[in-house]
Amino acid sequence: MSGHVQAQAPVRAAIGEAEKVVVRNLNFYYGQAQALKNVSLTLYEGRVTAFIGPSGCGKSTLLRVMNRMYDLYPGQRAEGEVMLDGENILASGLDLNLLRSRVGMVFQRPTPFPMTIYDNIAFGVRLYEKLPRAEMDARVEQALSRAALWNEVKDKLNASGLSLSGGQQQRLCIARTVALSPEVILFDEPASALDPISTAKIEELIDELSEDYTIAIVTHNMQQAARVSQYTAFMYLGELVEFDETNAVFTAPRDKRTQDYVTGRFG
Amino acid sequence: MRAASYSRRKARNSIWTILAYAATALGLALLSIILATLLWNGLGGLSLDVFTKNTAPPGVVGGLLNSIAGSVIMTGIGLALGAPIGILAGTYLAEYGANSRLASAVRFINDILLSAPSIVVGLFVYQLLVAPVGHFSALAGAVALAILGAPIMVRTTEDMLNLVPNTLREAASALGMPRSLVIRNVAYRAVMSGLVTGVLLAIARMTGETAPLIFTALGNSLFAADPRGPMSALPLISYEFARSPYAEQQKLAWTGALILTFAVLALSILARVLSASARRS
Repeated sequence: MSGHVQAQAPVRAAIGEAEKVVVRNLNFYYGQAQALKNVSLTLYEGRVTAFIGPSGCGKSTLLRVMNRMYDLYPGQRAEGEVMLDGENILASGLDLNLLRSRVGMVFQRPTPFPMTIYDNIAFGVRLYEKLPRAEMDARVEQALSRAALWNEVKDKLNASGLSLSGGQQQRLCIARTVALSPEVILFDEPASALDPISTAKIEELIDELSEDYTIAIVTHNMQQAARVSQYTAFMYLGELVEFDETNAVFTAPRDKRTQDYVTGRFG
Repeated sequence: MRAASYSRRKARNSIWTILAYAATALGLALLSIILATLLWNGLGGLSLDVFTKNTAPPGVVGGLLNSIAGSVIMTGIGLALGAPIGILAGTYLAEYGANSRLASAVRFINDILLSAPSIVVGLFVYQLLVAPVGHFSALAGAVALAILGAPIMVRTTEDMLNLVPNTLREAASALGMPRSLVIRNVAYRAVMSGLVTGVLLAIARMTGETAPLIFTALGNSLFAADPRGPMSALPLISYEFARSPYAEQQKLAWTGALILTFAVLALSILARVLSASARRS
């Protein structure tokens, strides 16, 4: 298959867009097994890019390259280039903690830390900034408001983060990420463990956050991809099959496999 | 044919079930007999004197104050020495070592230490800390207890940290948190009650040991708070007085054993309750 090489550049859409993250010729390996094959694409600044595809296609893997989360595990390695504002984040010697403060991540299952709601937010902030109490209070409120959670928790900031409902926990995790003022936020199936109402809230939130942040979201739910994203990448068996404006991917896919997937014929 | 083999299966099932119940009943019966014997023989000697007077020669009313204090002091020092080693080694195994060769070696050695005969540990420390100095000391006793307690904490710390889901570690790392902080502020916190359980189990083990103290702390009929000299301990005095020909000393031996057993039992129950609550959250 060489057809999709040209298909990777969404020529029409790229006009007037600022490039935030540029992935070039990325190959990824879990030990011997290759999980990403020569993937190239761009995340545009202030836009939401959705990654869709059947399980095991490599979309989560691609996300975990963008903040080098794979680095936690020996035996996983990436080859190629991932440029964040022109700097290759795959370069050795890069400060991973600094990178992760710029590229935040929200996971499939809500992962509140075993501490109070307040500390869940303040903890990450304290890693980088020494703030007086009043300023920290303001930062916590701001982050929780941003994640549409403030009104629900403002009277119990000292309660455990684990006492919240699943949907609230996920918004707490988003607030925690936002509190660090990252530039890019990666969402790895952020709503797949939540009920429909919580899911709707998360989607609304992603829409609002895209005003200030560059967002990548992995999802199994194609309606979700269509609702929240401006760009969509369809991946299959470790390859990037198609990358284009969301509208184009869903209404006029260029690749037969994309068409089969978005119309529900397989996957 | 099918009915015949099924009824054989059922018969075999009930035989094994009965055997399993019988084994459980036997174990529980032994424990009850031990506790009942201790209560029967030791409860009579339990008085305020036991906690306020030192051990005394025959014919003088004495207590167990110096032994109780000795047990607390030596277990305390042993814990101060053993807990950091045990918890740090357990942390290494779970968080850094994983399946590396060094980690496998440490795990293997730790398993051996867990089941090492305590008298051997006592002799080892005797050679190391008593023979060269020329006299027995509570410090040597505490070191022997630490060697017995640390492996328990290594094991429980590793087991508990392995219960921390990787997603939680990833979430913390995703905020740009350095590894050491992820462990200290997130992983430890998530399994705090489990870690405390391990420490309590180690205390229980150390408090109850006699053999490692015979060659190290020796025992002392006077009240001693200086860990550089010999010191009494509850298991030691129970061992000594149980062999005494005097009735009042034998009675005190029972009382000492009673206090010791119930202290250890209380610690074990506390550890159970804590670890159950850890698993629930």
